[in-house]
Amino acid sequence: MNECAPPKLKASDYKSDLKPVWCSGCGDYHVLLSVTQALAKLKLAPENVAVISGIGCSSRIPAYTNTYGFHTIHGRGLAVATGVKVARPDLTVIAAGGDGDGFSIGGNHFLHACRRNANMTYIVMDNEVYGMTKGQPSPTTDPSWDSALSPGGTGLSPFHPLVIALASGANFIARTFSGDVRGTANIIADAIEHPGFSFIQILSPCVTFRPDQKAWKKRVHKAVVDETDDPARAARRLMSDDGFNIGVLYRGHRKPYGFSCGAEKGDIGEIQKQFEA
Amino acid sequence: MPPNSKNRSVSLAMVGSGGAGVMTSGSMLLEAATKAGLYGLMTRTVGPQIRGGEAAALLRLDSRPVHCVDDIFDIIVAVDWKGAERFAAEVPLGPSSLIVTDPAAGDIPEILLASGARVVELPIEALASAIEDGRPNMVILGFVAALIGLSEKPIHKIITKKLAKKGKAAAATSWQAVQAGYLAAKDVTSPIKVSPVKGDNKGRWMISGNQAAGFGALRGGVRFVAAYPITPATEVLEWMSPNLPKMGGTLVQAEDELASINMIIGASFGGKPSLTATSGPGLSLMMEGIGLAVASETPVVVVNVMRGGPSTGIPTKSEQTDLNIAVYGLHGDAPHIVAAATSVEDCIFTTQWSVYLAEAMQTAVIMLSDQFMGQASAVIDPPANIAFMAQRLVETTPAEDYRRYAVTANGVSPMTLPGTPRGQYTADGLEHNPQGLPSTLMEDHRDQMDKRDRKISEFNYGDHWADVEGEKDSAFVIVTWGSTTNAVREAIGRLKDHGINVRLVAMRLLSPAVPAQFDAALEGAKRILVVEQSHSGQFLKLLRANYDMPGEVRSFRRAGPLIIRPGEIMDTIKNWRVQ
Repeated sequence: MNECAPPKLKASDYKSDLKPVWCSGCGDYHVLLSVTQALAKLKLAPENVAVISGIGCSSRIPAYTNTYGFHTIHGRGLAVATGVKVARPDLTVIAAGGDGDGFSIGGNHFLHACRRNANMTYIVMDNEVYGMTKGQPSPTTDPSWDSALSPGGTGLSPFHPLVIALASGANFIARTFSGDVRGTANIIADAIEHPGFSFIQILSPCVTFRPDQKAWKKRVHKAVVDETDDPARAARRLMSDDGFNIGVLYRGHRKPYGFSCGAEKGDIGEIQKQFEA
Repeated sequence: MPPNSKNRSVSLAMVGSGGAGVMTSGSMLLEAATKAGLYGLMTRTVGPQIRGGEAAALLRLDSRPVHCVDDIFDIIVAVDWKGAERFAAEVPLGPSSLIVTDPAAGDIPEILLASGARVVELPIEALASAIEDGRPNMVILGFVAALIGLSEKPIHKIITKKLAKKGKAAAATSWQAVQAGYLAAKDVTSPIKVSPVKGDNKGRWMISGNQAAGFGALRGGVRFVAAYPITPATEVLEWMSPNLPKMGGTLVQAEDELASINMIIGASFGGKPSLTATSGPGLSLMMEGIGLAVASETPVVVVNVMRGGPSTGIPTKSEQTDLNIAVYGLHGDAPHIVAAATSVEDCIFTTQWSVYLAEAMQTAVIMLSDQFMGQASAVIDPPANIAFMAQRLVETTPAEDYRRYAVTANGVSPMTLPGTPRGQYTADGLEHNPQGLPSTLMEDHRDQMDKRDRKISEFNYGDHWADVEGEKDSAFVIVTWGSTTNAVREAIGRLKDHGINVRLVAMRLLSPAVPAQFDAALEGAKRILVVEQSHSGQFLKLLRANYDMPGEVRSFRRAGPLIIRPGEIMDTIKNWRVQ
């Protein structure tokens, strides 16, 4: 589509003029910054990028970028993103959303997007709470976290997205912290460049409903071991993970999903011959 | 009717529990009849079992095109009667009908015997066993072909062609079994013979409604399909899967129907005309996604092949009861299009038209088909190549102030596709302003709703909204839709032979309403019969809500799986006439 080389763009050139609905201090502001920095780093033309989301605070992100975007319905961002990527393999596709959107209502799509391994990147801004509906426990919430909907806590063990992504076949698995803008941007760029389905869990605090998450910036730490391409090693590491290891944890070599729309071709007249009696 | 009447079609049923091969014999007979210059329609009635359940191939053959099932069956042949009582009511017989049974095949269902039909015993199993590897279904194929006066030549051709893969020995064995059947029929008086055929049968097609829907979609420009299997729609998807890549398209098997509808929304956002196919339960799951397509103005087509409902209902049998959910199932005010095919052949036209409408108006189209026509194989004259091709209003050189949802006179706004510089926007299910930015303003909601409604309600649907047939001044009008159209059309033909003129209005466009066209079609009507295959009268209520119907209105309706037959429509009109 680009006939001449695009001018060099800064991160801010990937932002739209729309003011986010997010609360002051929300981790998602940093994620937006990281996403735009990653796109600038990769020198991607904004028109060749599609950011697709579901519903929730973090899912508001497409309209805050200057790329093509689709703010879809709750839990279905990955399905829409898959359709975009298969129809338009030339585009860089980024799916984004929150923990409730991706792991609860959209859980099945998460499993199958990992398994399908289409060449796209999925960013989950995980704050362990439903923020847009004002504070209910999500699949990653601690079992004892008290709320109006689940007084005294859910009593349920949290979902482990990275382990599930690995078991389901994701080809690139990383965790970052929103407060580490530069580090997150680098990992997003890395994920975009890695073939197949890349999954990034970004710990992104909700200062409104989970003020306790302000402590996250002290709890996160660089992964003590290097990334691996061995799923068995990655699994062992993730199973004993404290939830605050930051970095690329797994980088696989699975072949990406191989089907996509191509150029218009063929002759319907030939195809209809099969019906001739 | 006397035997060998030139004006009669032949209706026959081949019965045998799943695995007995009656569907194979049925298809072979249909193909052979086609080769002999006849038209035909083969429908199927099957139980819910994957293998071993009750099954019957139902054929109707004629020298004229065949679109519906007749009132009675002339011949019913059973390899076995296992579970046949579960569908015997779907195979009505008369005193002149013939029941052919193996003495060892079990008891003939009471309802069939009650018709007074003649019973002939045929040792099917014994005839088959006398041939090494001989199969009973081939014996009945030969027997039935002989009864109805079909020559051996086309049968031989089909067997040779179909069994080529299995080797010469298999073909020879089957042919021997067929001949045994022919021989056994020699001394049996048949209630009916096929009409003699004149002329050229070259170029005729044999196609099922589900294949036809897939073909219409492909011809109309669909290049992306997301698929989740469901009875009785799966064949649409299975036909498209190998054929899409030939045209540069592809099919993705989705993890569920929620994924299918949302994948096609994504692919269409990317610029590819997109479709999925499903049935009732899947359509229920897709509703939220269809609303997103409406709000974000992303063209998509959902082919819904109806089956008995509610819930899991009767997956293998037909009903016209997804009309309500198709028209009213979306939350909010969500203008979209509901179209319906009227025959196997029309599945081509209506699906292609649906693709055209979705793309032209950037909205969702639900195309309703049903199990009866979806899974029926019909022999048809080669269909016309129609002009409707997907054509979306695409903006390729957007100005600096490009607005994706600009309020335009006809409601359709030029759409940029990803990859187009300066055309970036975020599609949204949230209400938005003309730029596409989320908005809760009363004015934006009003303007955008007006625009989404206007583009659909003011579109020119031409003559395609319905098939309107018959004399302008007939006092009787039958209004119907979907596969029921064909029984009605045949009833109207027969009534004409009795000197009674009845007009047909078979609606292809169920939503939005087109009052001006409807009024014109019903002009002068004094008595209106509304015919549909539903218990609650969904279609009648849709008409009542949207249209003024002059004169007296009556409803002829019945839930599935019993098909509506021409004779009962004819009787209804005749009885009404003398009142």
